[in-house]
Parts: sequence; structure tokens; C-alpha cells
Amino acid sequence: MATAKDRASAPAGSGLNDDIGEEKRLEMYRTQVTIREAEQRAFDLFLQNLVKGTSHLSLGQEAVAAGFAGAMRPGDLSFCTYRGHAHTLARGVSVEKVLGELMQRDNGLMRGKGGSMHLTSAEHGVMGSYAIIGAHLPIACGAAWRAQYRGDKDVSVCFFGDGTTNIGAFHEALNFAAVWKLPVVFVCENNLYMEYTPIGDVTAVPHPAGDRAGSYGLERIIIDGNDADVVYRTAQAAFDKARAGGGPSLIECLTYRHSGHSRADPAKYRPEGELERWKERDPIKIYKERLLQFGIAEKLINDIDAQVRRVVDEATEACKAAPVPPVDILTTDVYADGGWAWRN
Amino acid sequence: MAELTYRDAVIRGIAQEMERDPDVVFLGEDVAKAGGVFKATVGLYEQFGPLRVRDTPISEQAILGAAMGAAMTGLKPIAEIMFSDFIAVCFDYIANEFPKSRYMSNGQLKCPLVVRTGNGAGSRFGAQHSQSVENWCMMIPGLKVVAPSSPRDVIGLLAAAVRDPDPVIFFEHKSLYATKGEVPDGEIVDQLGTAKILKPGTDATILALALMVPRALAAAERLKAEHGIDAEVIDVRSLVPLDTQTILSSVARTHRLFTVEENPRLCGWGAEIVSIVADEAFYDLDGPPVRITTPHIPLPAADNLEDIVLPTVDRIVETVRRSLKS
Repeated sequence: MATAKDRASAPAGSGLNDDIGEEKRLEMYRTQVTIREAEQRAFDLFLQNLVKGTSHLSLGQEAVAAGFAGAMRPGDLSFCTYRGHAHTLARGVSVEKVLGELMQRDNGLMRGKGGSMHLTSAEHGVMGSYAIIGAHLPIACGAAWRAQYRGDKDVSVCFFGDGTTNIGAFHEALNFAAVWKLPVVFVCENNLYMEYTPIGDVTAVPHPAGDRAGSYGLERIIIDGNDADVVYRTAQAAFDKARAGGGPSLIECLTYRHSGHSRADPAKYRPEGELERWKERDPIKIYKERLLQFGIAEKLINDIDAQVRRVVDEATEACKAAPVPPVDILTTDVYADGGWAWRN
Repeated sequence: MAELTYRDAVIRGIAQEMERDPDVVFLGEDVAKAGGVFKATVGLYEQFGPLRVRDTPISEQAILGAAMGAAMTGLKPIAEIMFSDFIAVCFDYIANEFPKSRYMSNGQLKCPLVVRTGNGAGSRFGAQHSQSVENWCMMIPGLKVVAPSSPRDVIGLLAAAVRDPDPVIFFEHKSLYATKGEVPDGEIVDQLGTAKILKPGTDATILALALMVPRALAAAERLKAEHGIDAEVIDVRSLVPLDTQTILSSVARTHRLFTVEENPRLCGWGAEIVSIVADEAFYDLDGPPVRITTPHIPLPAADNLEDIVLPTVDRIVETVRRSLKS
């Protein structure tokens, strides 16, 4: 946390300790940098063939994860997609556990049994990453139903991409959540591309989530997903509404992925200059400027950057040194008795 | 002891578990205020209230997904998919989500839920509302699959399914809803993974499931009375876990195996059992195992046609008689 002497003279009225506050802002900055460094490292490890299988990075989309996680309480639940590293890290799961799973080592979050697309850490409230588009929206409804039924105050937060808005489960879940008034928040990360295809080419409305909200009696919420403060404030309002029994929200966050859809995609379909324009609105750049504007000393920011890099470096080395999963876990946890027996 | 219909047994089974455990909740289309399209959930809404017995939109993915989310966070949901044919529109949950979350998460996630569904032919509903699709589920690691044939088993196996920590697909046969059977008073809790010898015999083992069980029993009576063949009839009851020991030890005594399956022939449950028997009890057999199934065609609507395609008592009797004579 910054102390008074770390702070340069803040511009009058900039209000670092406004509704968000210095501590939360530094936390959200650290989260974004952690995601950026870990994702970049994952990409580098692909090139060394140390990350196997596929992987879907959130480079450029860090503010959505940081803003929502920043507004979540312990006990709130995250439901992620195959592009879920960012949301997993944002809930406080260690870089080593995430990279270990991407590298399919025994120190991974699920000891290599799930892989990059299924990151899960129940103890952090990360209730799975789902690789079948749309599947987790109804699942998040169910977790929210449990909260409603028991009078628990947690909120289920469900992240997905713009492409998800065109699958049936999206519409089933939105209607279901609205009719049952469930404490669930649906977060569409609109990064403009449904895999390799511009979302506008395959969607009947300009805003794939926002323009559908009215169909389910919900408010049309479309925000700047590259500004963690905007995301945080929007999340807070949606969570407050959910906890108060006001039902679901659907939030469309406008953002952009700096990398391709997956490991295999060099993203050649992008128009020239688009990536560069979005990089000018890089969420980390925006947030760093915000912190400086609010008078946080550059040294403190640089220290966070250095600490994160050290964490990622150490995690990388630990993962490289970690063994592959032992063969004896192959048949564990198929059934609740711990084993895989289907017959006597 | 009371005589109960299979339909009323469903109601009693669900009520028994909901009374016992407040975490048991129930959702589906028309299940609450309307009491279910098969009237197999009448009175539950009145007894347990709108928070525990809930009507849903026609959204099978939402129903199964919501059941899963509730299950993984502490409830014990029972979800109804009205006709088992509709599993096709929410198969993602059955094939990819329920059965894999525990494994993929290395044991972090759980999925203790029951999907009840109306299965099977006999109502002249045609090809999309009459299928026996238990084999769609049997092939998926991580699921359990049950199909009771009697009111008593409905209650006992449903209780076992609700109390089981794994996802269970519970196939109720639509053509059995009106059938009656003796049911003891008080709580009934059975055990998944147990087949039941309903009629002991020495000359042949006949395996059957759900609606095929009463037909196999009737066939066994006729085989005995008309042909002097003493067949053993086993109700398989649970496809996963599968009680292979009861089946193998029966075959070791009778030396002949017949399966009576309502599902279309390819990849029916009998094929798996025959392969197990061939593998592990080949030298116990005095003749080839024989599968009596619905042919590999979509189901017709017309009553005379539907009656021909399902295994009948006549077909079972004839097939067993001919096989044992040859």
C-alpha cells in the first residue's frame, strides 16, 4: 500500500480515496499486471513447447477480470470460460498453480487433469472454467438458485465472450435467471471477435449482449471494459442489486484481445491498425496513468511491476522443475468414491 | 404394505427424500402447479411449497445447468426432463458437464444430482417421444444410470440416487406409470449397482430392464408351462454401476444368456453385457448369447407397428425356445 510519502502531489479533486480508494486501486493494478505477465509468460512457454495443448489468452482484457474480482467478496463465485486464466488469477490463485496446469505438471491447479481450458479452484470461489460455449451460464444460475434458496448472500458471476451470446444456453439462462430473479451477474467480454470472425458479421444487433438485455427485462449496460475503475463500479452496483434480491444483471464490457483466439491463431483477419489503436487504450497503460494522476509514486508502481515479474519468474522455474503427473491419478475422481469402478 | 402405482411411487419417492433432507429440491417443466404431464409429481408443490418444487420454462439446458450449479454448491437437486428424447437438446450437461467436472477439477467439484426422465415406448407418440435412450447415458464415464421396473424399486432406487454423491440419470418407463405393485410401508432405500433375480431358474438367464421386465417374467412363465424350460429372470435395474457378479453367477448356473432390450439394437446395454460374459464366462456358455431387441429403426407411431417392433412376450418365448432346442 502507498504511504503518504510515496504520493506525489495529487491534482486537486482527483480523489484517490474516493469510493474505490487507494488500497483497492493498487490491488486492481497488481491483478492486471499479474495477468499480463502470466499470460505473456504462457505465450513464451508455448514457443518453447513447454505449454502443451491449446490456450486462450486474455492479453488486453485484464481490466474486466481485475474490476470484477476487485468488487467480489470472498464467497462470491466465478464461472469462467476456456479463456479463464485471467479470472482465475484475479481471484487470488497463484501463478505457479495456473502455469503448472498450463504446462500439465503435477504442481498444476488440477494436477494436469483439466488443462488450460478448465482451471478450477473451489477454495478461491473459481467454480470451473467451461470449454463448451454457453454451458456455464445455466450452471451459474444454479449456484445462484442455491444462494437464493438458502438465503446466502453470495453472488455468482459468469464470464463469457461475445460469441456466447448467439448460443441457445445464453438465452435460456438469461430468461431463467430473470424469471427466477436469481443473484447472478452475467459478464460479456466483447472483444469484437467470435474466434476468427468479427462478431458483427454473425450477430443481428450491434451490441451482442447489451442489445439483448431488454428481451429479458434487464437494463442495457455497455461499459468501457478497459478501465478497471469503470468495471469495478459497474460490478459493485450489479452485486448490490443481486444481494438485495433485485435479480440478475447482464453487463457488456467492450475490450480487445491483443493476441489471437488461441495458440493456433495469428489473428491475420484483423484490419490494419486496429490492434495498434486498441493498444493505445491498453488497460494497464490506462490504469498506470490513473494511479500517477492520483499521485501514486512511480517507484511504488515500478515496485509492483518488479514484484510481479519475480513471482512469475519463480513460478516458471518451479513449474519447469515440477514432475509430470503420476500415472496413478489417471483413474482417480471419476466417481465420488475416488475411483472409476463402473461394475462389480 | 400397500398397493401403489409406479406413478404414485415416483411421488412417494420424491416426497420421502424431500421430507428427509431440506437440501433436496425439485425442478422441471409443468412439475409444480400442474403436477407433471404424467401426473407423477402431483401434490409435491402443495406439500413442499414454491421454493422447493419449481416450474421452469421449456429450457432443458437451463434445467440441467441449474441443477448442476445447485448441486456443486450444496443442494441435492432432482431435475425432470419430461421425455427422455429431450436429453438430446441438453446432452452437453449429461455428456460433458455432470460427469467430467469432478475428474477435470481433480476432485474439487462435486455433482450430486438426479435427472428423472420419462423413457420408452408404448404410448404411440412416434419417434421423438418414445425412445429408450438409456444407452446414450451408459456410455459416459462419470454418470450412473438406473431404470426401475416396479413401484417398490422406483422408491428405493430413487432414494439411493438422491443420496448418491454422483450424478444419476433415472429412467422411468412411461408405459409402467399405471402399473401396480406391492410396496412396504415406511422408508425404502435400495442400493444402486444391484441387479435382482426376480424368478430363479436353471435352464437360461434372461436379463431385462424396465418395461421389458414384466414381459420377460410373463415369457418365463409360458416357457415353463408350455415348454418345460425353467428360465431365470434378472432385472438389471442399474446399468451403471453394473452388477456383473449377479449376471455372471447366473450364467454359470444356467449356461445360456438372453437379453431383452427395448433400445434399438446397435450399442444397446445388452451388447456390453454379452461382451463381458463372452470375455469372462465363455466356457460357462452352452450356446451363443442372444439379444432380443428393438430393430435398428426409428419408432413408428401406429399402434400395430409399434407393437411389432418392441420385444414381445411371444418373441421372447419363441427366441428362447428355439435357441435352447437347437
